Amino acid sequence: MPVESAKALDAAKPGRLRRFLDSDIGWSFRRTPAAWLSAIVLALLIATALLAPLIAVQNPYDLSQIFIDKAEIPPIWARDGEWPFLLGTDPQGRDVLSAILYGTRVSLIIGLAAVIVSMALGVSIGLVSGYYGGRIDNLLMRLGDTVLSIPTLLMAILVSAIFRELLPPALREPFAAVVLVVSISLTNWVQYARTVRASTMVERRKEYVLAARIIKVAATRIMARHILPNTLTPVMVAATLNLGLAILSEATLSFLGVGMPITQPSLGTLIRIGNQYLFSGSWWLVVFPSLQLGLIVLSVNLLGDWLRDALNPKLR
Amino acid sequence: MKRAWMLAAIAAFALTGAAEAKTLKWGAAREIASLDPYSYGDTFTLSVLNHVYEGLVRYTGDLKIEPALAESWETVSPTVWRFKLRQGVKFHNGNPFTADDVVASLERVTHPDSPLKGNLPAYKSATKIDDYTVDIEVNGPYPLLLNDLTNIFIFNKAWLVANNSLLPTDSGKGVKGYATDNANGTGPFIVESRRADAKTVYAKNPNWWDKPQHNIDTIEFLPIASASTRVAALLSGEIDFTNVAPLQDLPRLSASPEVKVLQTNELRTVIFALNLKDTLFESDVKDKNPLKDIRVREALYRAIDIDAVQKRAMRGLSRNTGALIAPAIPGYEPSQDVRLPFDLDGAKKLLAAAGYPNGFSFQMNCQSDGLVNEEEFCQAVASMWSRAGLRPNLSLGPRSQQTPKRVKGEFDVISFGWANEPMIDAYSILIQVMRSKSGSGGVFNWGNWGDPRIDALIDKAGVELDNGKRIPMMMEALKIAKAEHLFIPLHQQPMAWAMRNTVAATVQASDNKPRLWLTTMK
Amino acid sequence: MPAFLFKRLLNAAGVMLAVAFLAFLIFRFVGDPVELMLNEQASQAQRDELRIRLGLDKGFVLQFATFVGNALHGDFGISYRNQQEVFTLISERFPATFELVLVATFLSLAVGIPLGVYTAIKRDSWLAKSLQFISVLGVSLPSFALGILFILLFSVTLQWLPAFGRGQVVQIGWWSTGFLTPSGRLALILPGITLSLFQITLVMRLVRAEMLETMRTDFIRFARARGLTLRAVHFRHALRNCLMPVITVTGLQIGNLIAFALVTETVFQWPGMGLLFVQAVTFVDIPVMAAYLIVVSFIFVSLNTLVDLLYAYVDPRLREDAISGAANAR
Repeated sequence: MPVESAKALDAAKPGRLRRFLDSDIGWSFRRTPAAWLSAIVLALLIATALLAPLIAVQNPYDLSQIFIDKAEIPPIWARDGEWPFLLGTDPQGRDVLSAILYGTRVSLIIGLAAVIVSMALGVSIGLVSGYYGGRIDNLLMRLGDTVLSIPTLLMAILVSAIFRELLPPALREPFAAVVLVVSISLTNWVQYARTVRASTMVERRKEYVLAARIIKVAATRIMARHILPNTLTPVMVAATLNLGLAILSEATLSFLGVGMPITQPSLGTLIRIGNQYLFSGSWWLVVFPSLQLGLIVLSVNLLGDWLRDALNPKLR
Repeated sequence: MKRAWMLAAIAAFALTGAAEAKTLKWGAAREIASLDPYSYGDTFTLSVLNHVYEGLVRYTGDLKIEPALAESWETVSPTVWRFKLRQGVKFHNGNPFTADDVVASLERVTHPDSPLKGNLPAYKSATKIDDYTVDIEVNGPYPLLLNDLTNIFIFNKAWLVANNSLLPTDSGKGVKGYATDNANGTGPFIVESRRADAKTVYAKNPNWWDKPQHNIDTIEFLPIASASTRVAALLSGEIDFTNVAPLQDLPRLSASPEVKVLQTNELRTVIFALNLKDTLFESDVKDKNPLKDIRVREALYRAIDIDAVQKRAMRGLSRNTGALIAPAIPGYEPSQDVRLPFDLDGAKKLLAAAGYPNGFSFQMNCQSDGLVNEEEFCQAVASMWSRAGLRPNLSLGPRSQQTPKRVKGEFDVISFGWANEPMIDAYSILIQVMRSKSGSGGVFNWGNWGDPRIDALIDKAGVELDNGKRIPMMMEALKIAKAEHLFIPLHQQPMAWAMRNTVAATVQASDNKPRLWLTTMK
Repeated sequence: MPAFLFKRLLNAAGVMLAVAFLAFLIFRFVGDPVELMLNEQASQAQRDELRIRLGLDKGFVLQFATFVGNALHGDFGISYRNQQEVFTLISERFPATFELVLVATFLSLAVGIPLGVYTAIKRDSWLAKSLQFISVLGVSLPSFALGILFILLFSVTLQWLPAFGRGQVVQIGWWSTGFLTPSGRLALILPGITLSLFQITLVMRLVRAEMLETMRTDFIRFARARGLTLRAVHFRHALRNCLMPVITVTGLQIGNLIAFALVTETVFQWPGMGLLFVQAVTFVDIPVMAAYLIVVSFIFVSLNTLVDLLYAYVDPRLREDAISGAANAR
């Protein structure tokens, strides 16, 4: 069954999927229900989020589609529920399901972007640090120590508060997502840098690198073509595990009010808004976004856990 | 409700006579800025400190001026007022209250470094005549001195001198003043202990000069910023009273048999104020300002479905208004309190006639922690305006972030509330908000609105002592502003207090200031 | 050893200086302090005067030196928002945060270690697998959402536990404690659990991994071969062997818990340093933000350094390459 479901999800490339499922890792994937179940859930969540403009009954960012007369309608199965608001509406008359779909998109995009940016940053710094060594290495690693000596959440809040304050007021809201990506990335690159630096230092001494250096291949080329591929496995595992963390960081910042603004809410913003109405009986405003957020992070984490264990048989 | 105030006397059994200590736990939405009433010009801070400090005069529960530390007053000349002080009043530290204290306080509050000097704009000098008589001289004939004095609290001079605090606290000096953390007033309650942002304890002043109408022994002031936490605390009995009950939680609070809700409309009138400079701040129309066209302003006005705002965003609790001031404010005219009807098609036609058939974009600045349900009504109005073809770009954020932009005029539309306090007179909004910027006038004229006809009327009213002439002048000025749609009125905002049954009765005046010295507990 | 000690302390001092520089940059360049301190009616002359009084007309290096000098004396300036000395504000709130973190740490060990041992010993049992899954759930659910749900269930619906604040506290010198009164202890329960959940799963997974690792090592095999009971092997040898990393991680995590407490404190309106910081962020109260950054980083760096030094003392091999901050994986 799992094979077929997975196949249905990725019908475009049956060849590659076949090869994946037949490999060692694929075998472990098929054998781990948590892994394929969360892969399916995640694929569904991503698909619905990406297709939000087609699925959602309204565009929650388009003010002219929101009617305040439809405010605070409970979910469809409750007594006062109303079609087409499956999960009810918020005090503005915004459809909660639509807001969640769009909010999931925001959360996922920010999370992915933050992981990619911090990975790129960390890998480059790690390569440079490990390849050249010496003073550059020392400086970069001290920088990393400093970043690590500030708790990540605190660092992220400070960076986002600072960046927002430095932007001209008119740009603060359009660039809120960018600010979040920057602040999460700036706190998360060190782990990648350390991993890559360590393996670079090992690879650097190997003969193929020495050979390349003798025939005067450019340093950037050596790093990119020869060293990088050998360091990627632990980086990819770390990236998967960090994706859940990045999504949670974004949600936490938005919940604290230093993240996405109310006009383009992420899941964290939705929970913050919903929190204000917890006692007025509108429980659906906080419960559904929380569940969605938990579901995303849970499936990402389960996949990450599986990947780490699958690549590191010692732990199994 | 025609009356601007209501007395909430909830039937209570006869007093039991048991002398158990009564503690009122007050859950407020935020901490007060300082214990020094002159260090921060903020209405809420002053209303809390009024329990500790008093002015020469005060407002009664129905907002009439009555004697407090002054027993009587007369005008010696058009610019000199003579106050007879109450005798036998003692400060909390035991010092007697005399004319020296009044002079020192007035000099402190009007010092150039004082953030509160704008609250006493007409002040020129104060002179001690004898121990219980003070003359206050004003710059010119000024009708509203008593109103201003309700919120100028009196310090003890000897205490200020002893603690090196004769000058107002200036945060810029890098040292905090003694009075920031310590208090010594004449009021009904004494500051017993204070941990900012956590708990401040006020104990009953047994030697208060006035006959106490309250039976409270201790007030615990607990700032709880989160609205839902405040509601939870009230429901579970961790607080007895809150002066900021979230509107969306009123049904739940009322449904609880242990909690009662007091709700009425504030004096504060909420309007949208517009950027009327030569160009818009942030728009696709670059070369001119569409808002300067009266047809565009009328279109904005007509596009607002005020009943939907009232019913949903304000939970049916606001009072829709066509006037720019509340009915209780002198200067109000019922004939001016009629709104332009909601008319979406009319709004579209007006926009087309003004040359914007496809609308235009503009920036709209609202605060998330400012007016009652400001987030909600701003979003609702923004969506109504976008249905008229306009493209409002809504910027929402906490006051601390939005205020600088508003003050610098970096907006096209702002939500704006004005209560006309502590003056309780239309002159307040006229001189501070509507007047074109000049000298002390138009401090809040952030969007370069204003009209020479209105300015002239304001200046005339400012030196007119005869209310029979002064009030019609103000009405005339407000009429012009309304006819020009300089501002788009929305509503008088609701205010809601909630308390547990432990609180027997309190007075809720429309200035939204808790007066716990008029409050009794079971 | 003295050389290592010196090097490690120098390293910590360098990191703290870098943090102080960051704090100074925030203080100096995020928003104009003059604009933030004066009200809008202030004249240009008043602005210039304040600029000079604050020393903002001086050179950049000199300003930084003054800032560090003041910080060493515990002088972080005056809060823009409530006009009090920042140091007083923070030290008044420190006990609240510390007690919360203490409770969370205790819970994480008291619950995390037994669960970790169980899931390691009975790794294939149904319960252990469910616990493993729940532990992933624990790191996946945002703690603020969990806290909100706790309030809804235990405070509003069941009315068992208080929803906010510390309850009645007792003042002992400058320290205020909630441990000595019934209401203070009740108030600690919900925020304590909320803050500890992440930590519990962390400890549990760590103990499980370490136990599995240790049980594969030769000396455990040897112990079993010697005929020791399973129970003795598990608890006397395997568990004891993995306690060191648990204690290390717990020590290092305290710094993170202090920082993470700001979310819990926001949800439960707990009057600690974190709530102060969050409020400072919304009010752009720069002196408080800068001071909080320095104080929390100081605690963090001190703990890291202490753990490093202890480790080096226990295991001389480690003196060569310092493991600074390695445990800050969160």
